[in-house]
Amino acid sequence: MKPAAFIRHVPKTLDEALKVLSDVAPDDGRVLAGGQSLVPIMAFRLAKPAHLVDINEVEGLQHIACDGKTLSIGARVRHAAFHKPVVDGPLGALLSYVARHIAHYPIRMRGTFCGSLAHADPSSEWCLVSATLGATMVVKSTRGERRIAAADFFEGIMSTALAEDELLAEVRLPLLAADTKFGFYEFSRRAGDFAMASSLVTYRLAGGKIADARVGVGGAEPSPRRIAEAEAALNGNAPGEDHFRAAAAAAADAVEPLEDHQTTGEYRRDLVRAVVHRALEHSI
Amino acid sequence: MSTHETKGSGLKWVGRAIRRLEDPALVTGQGRFTADLPATHWVRFVRSPVAAGTIKSVSFPDGARVITAADLTGVKKITPMLHKFSYRPVGQSILADGQVRYVGEPVAIAVASSEEDAEDLADLVEADIDETPPLVDARAALADGAPQIHAEAPGNVILEGKVQTPGFDSVWDRAAKIVAIEARSHRQNATPMEARAGHASYDPSTGRITLTCTTQMPHLMRTAIADLLGMRESDLRVIAPDVGGGFGQKMSLCAEYVALVWLARKLKSSVAWTEDRRENLIASFHSRDQYISLEGAFDQDSKLLALRADVVSNVGAYSCFPTTSGVEPLMAMAEMPGPYDVQQYQCLARGVLTNTCTMAAYRGVSRPVITFTLERLMDKAATAFGIDPIDIRRRNLIGTFPYTSAMGLVYDEATYKETLEMAVAAIDVPAFRARQQAARARGQYLGIGFATFSERTGYGSPAFAARGMAITPGWETVHLTVDPSGFVEARIGSSPHGQGLRTTLAQIIADEIGVAPDIIKVIHGDTDTAPYGWGTFASRSLVISGGATLLAARKVRAKLLKIASHMLEAAPEDIVLENGSAKVAGTDRTVTIAAMAREAYTQTHRFKGEIEPGLTESGTYDPPGTFSNACHVAIVAVDIETGFVRIERFLVAEDAGRIINPMIADGQVHGGVAQGIGNALLEEIVYDESGGILTANLADYMPPTAHEMPPIELHHLETPSTQSITKAKGLGEGGSIGAPAAVVNAINDALAPFNVQIDEIPATPQRIRAALRDATNSARSRESGNLGATL
Amino acid sequence: MTEKSTITLTINGHDHAIAVEPRRTLVDAIREDCGQTGTHIGCEHGICGACTVIVDGEPVRSCLMFAVQAEGKAIRTVEGLAAGDTLHPMQQAFIDHHGLQCGFCTPGFLMLAVGVLEREPDISDDDLIDVLSSNLCRCTGYQNIIKAVRAAAAEMRK
Repeated sequence: MKPAAFIRHVPKTLDEALKVLSDVAPDDGRVLAGGQSLVPIMAFRLAKPAHLVDINEVEGLQHIACDGKTLSIGARVRHAAFHKPVVDGPLGALLSYVARHIAHYPIRMRGTFCGSLAHADPSSEWCLVSATLGATMVVKSTRGERRIAAADFFEGIMSTALAEDELLAEVRLPLLAADTKFGFYEFSRRAGDFAMASSLVTYRLAGGKIADARVGVGGAEPSPRRIAEAEAALNGNAPGEDHFRAAAAAAADAVEPLEDHQTTGEYRRDLVRAVVHRALEHSI
Repeated sequence: MSTHETKGSGLKWVGRAIRRLEDPALVTGQGRFTADLPATHWVRFVRSPVAAGTIKSVSFPDGARVITAADLTGVKKITPMLHKFSYRPVGQSILADGQVRYVGEPVAIAVASSEEDAEDLADLVEADIDETPPLVDARAALADGAPQIHAEAPGNVILEGKVQTPGFDSVWDRAAKIVAIEARSHRQNATPMEARAGHASYDPSTGRITLTCTTQMPHLMRTAIADLLGMRESDLRVIAPDVGGGFGQKMSLCAEYVALVWLARKLKSSVAWTEDRRENLIASFHSRDQYISLEGAFDQDSKLLALRADVVSNVGAYSCFPTTSGVEPLMAMAEMPGPYDVQQYQCLARGVLTNTCTMAAYRGVSRPVITFTLERLMDKAATAFGIDPIDIRRRNLIGTFPYTSAMGLVYDEATYKETLEMAVAAIDVPAFRARQQAARARGQYLGIGFATFSERTGYGSPAFAARGMAITPGWETVHLTVDPSGFVEARIGSSPHGQGLRTTLAQIIADEIGVAPDIIKVIHGDTDTAPYGWGTFASRSLVISGGATLLAARKVRAKLLKIASHMLEAAPEDIVLENGSAKVAGTDRTVTIAAMAREAYTQTHRFKGEIEPGLTESGTYDPPGTFSNACHVAIVAVDIETGFVRIERFLVAEDAGRIINPMIADGQVHGGVAQGIGNALLEEIVYDESGGILTANLADYMPPTAHEMPPIELHHLETPSTQSITKAKGLGEGGSIGAPAAVVNAINDALAPFNVQIDEIPATPQRIRAALRDATNSARSRESGNLGATL
Repeated sequence: MTEKSTITLTINGHDHAIAVEPRRTLVDAIREDCGQTGTHIGCEHGICGACTVIVDGEPVRSCLMFAVQAEGKAIRTVEGLAAGDTLHPMQQAFIDHHGLQCGFCTPGFLMLAVGVLEREPDISDDDLIDVLSSNLCRCTGYQNIIKAVRAAAAEMRK
């Protein structure tokens, strides 16, 4: 289980990185950020990239910045950066809560937020966060910059809208209004394992009724996404057991569940029902 | 959490929780493991990607150093042998020769100067294999018309054990109630944290080969490999250095080690292989893949009268050496009656060949499965009779000793009933039942489960001989030396790898000859320096090597007394050995052991021929075997929406005879229970229909982490064994034996309101949810509606 | 095979000048090229934690980093934990509480626990269990590892 040989490139600036990526991308070049997902795949030789563009020394990608409306997260920001809230208010608390569920402590020391999104594992916590909150991906290449909404970014299991010469340079998350409530729950068989289903919910209360509900489900379909049917079951209703159950049931019905050797579609729906319900309970 | 108190052995060192002599090196990174050795050549085994087929060709780049079966001329096949139970010997070529029989079977060897390069080369080796339909499941392999995996084993049955006690039929016919279970244990991998590794080097001055490898039985590796390669055994040295866990997986001969020795001889150089985790999961030995149908015949008072068992054990593609693939089915047959008084027994136990990785020993060997099956049966019987699961055990546990089982095994003094009562009292059943009721009212499902069992340990050659193995292990020898400086060395044939034997044997010696354990060095794991022995497995080392150590120490003691008598001019019976000296009782006349040792080597002319020179003695011990016992209790919470099981509490009341070092004993139980919990809930090797393994990494094959483990409470009894001269019984496997039964009984208790039966391990959340869903659906179809919970 | 580059790894304060391919993982370089075999390899895919070392103050899986990425960083391994003959409190606690049996996973657990406690000395008991669930041990059932780490944490806070 040793990786196949590759040529490593160590750009120091973003321009340099984009240049080398554009040069090697046609020759099976890939970006190496934290490496916590890519290196295991290389160890199993399921991936044998000929070139790795190691962005760990690129200046200008380490930022976590807030302009009052959005939180910008650079490509070198690691999961552990979120252990403590990076911004006041519910978004910082949400990210901090979710971060503690990502794999294990040493993995969080190295793995990056943007790397998780680019890898696009269906179970990824950050993918769920991005899909639920409506993140914007800032994508760069020698051809220029484009911005991709989360809903358009995730295209399937480990598949994104990123072109091979593009670097996910930054993710922007909208700040949450100060009165936003959030809840998160994920199910895995062991601590730190990939979630078999997960859910993130946010909403506000207007006159005691739920408004602006967002119900995201991860790990259950090829990509995490918001479930409109579950949100509809919440909006305009008071938070509480009946509506939470209804939303959970709506989510379970709405998903097209992933199946694998141990997990039937039926079981995955059971889990979706449970995680959505529990995320909602956690929100109170 | 231990409440351990040693029961006054009256000894100074035995019974004390002294710190381990092994540890200082291991916590500072100074342990020496096989993979730490540098080598000139590294190998990568090219493994079959298909489960069954005929090899048409193996091709590789010109000039590359790749070895195939055609190169291994004259190398014999690994062909383990049993002389009983209709055993059909089947051979395994070191590299697949013509046929492949499981995914992961070695087909070729790529040799290069680094592991990376060897793997690159292996990727270029192409085996062209004509695939044939594989058999993955044992029942499928038994079906009429199933393909033959080995021509030598018609019907794919490699062995068949049958037994029926003379009075069985008449007792069966007059039973008041027959209770039955169809139990399924899925396949496991022992998963030592250090996977296999081997390093073979050639000594040009002598022509000898030294094989360093992660084995539990270095001497037997030497014997086996020398046999297969036609070498003189004295030309091969096998070293088991620090070994990173074995749990049975490292007690069988691996074709890979044979290949390494062959290569080192051919290349006249050093050759190394470090197994990676994927290889370990697909191609190291597996275990526990069994179907057991068990029926119990009870009288109207819920007394068990007879047991009838049908054991189908999936033994994989080949037979393991030295135990043979009888290791699981024959253990199941011999020990199915467990701790219960039942004199009528019928059993059919078959080992079935399939296109899967070869099955071999794993901690507990079959007993986790049979205990699970039998303890589920007892719980079902309790339900059938409308009595408490504790009461049915009280009624049926063996209480008088020695007890001869229906299989003729003699159980020595044990405490089946006492440990049950101890556990029942400690767990506080009435308080739990009240809590369980209150929780159910809130829609939360708690359960309690008990498992009582016997653990046969420390058995010598007569017990092994009953299996009819061509290789019959059993005894152990210890050479004990006081060197001329007064330090003590014990050379042992056992081969510990985490069990703390360097410490516990030192404690035994220390008491016998009156020295402190820290001047005693236990040497093991090197066939050049340790006496021939069988290694460490089957909860045997403390009993058998401990017994041999005590015998040797007694002889050394006798000799020290003679020397002291000579030096102090006093009668031997007036002399005591303590604190490193001999002392004439009631006087201040003493001589140190160091001085006596110096005398024994360098001043022997003074002995005038009355005392033999030197200070080395040997002890050999071959005991009949002794039964440890325990009661495990689990309290679980089952999340009915997801099927997730959380173990809230786990309690063990156990009796392993005299405890030499309670800290080490507790550690053995902790580790066993953790593996048992993995067995109960998490760990499963899954094959797909084509014979590929879907769980070839540690994310999919799931040993428990710290998070999944409850605190383990231990309670001890110490019934001295009459069958072991140290009075100690073995306890290496018990933890793993009881835990699956206790946990799954607890799950079933928790789910009692839903009328589901979980008789399968691991009891995964998927399986639990499926059972609950089925129960709900069938309840709905009966329109009985109210189950008291929303599913 | 690709060209080797010459790098210097600083392990426990000592510089090791080595030539490695880019694909050489940090753990392989520590063990094979620098001869520090106290760090072990258990899975090479980031699950078991046997290879945990501390890089610039961060406990990381050394099987998931390439050696070339560690150049210029301060690497700490189990060999550097003790101060001369005085064991680190974590090492002593593992001995005192029987936190090891075969000892293969032990270096990884020691570096994990030391690395986290140096960063978060006041970590809660529950969070500590979560941290310890990062690594696998097959011998101890974790009971005594947890005891040892709690005891060492108290000692390290003194």
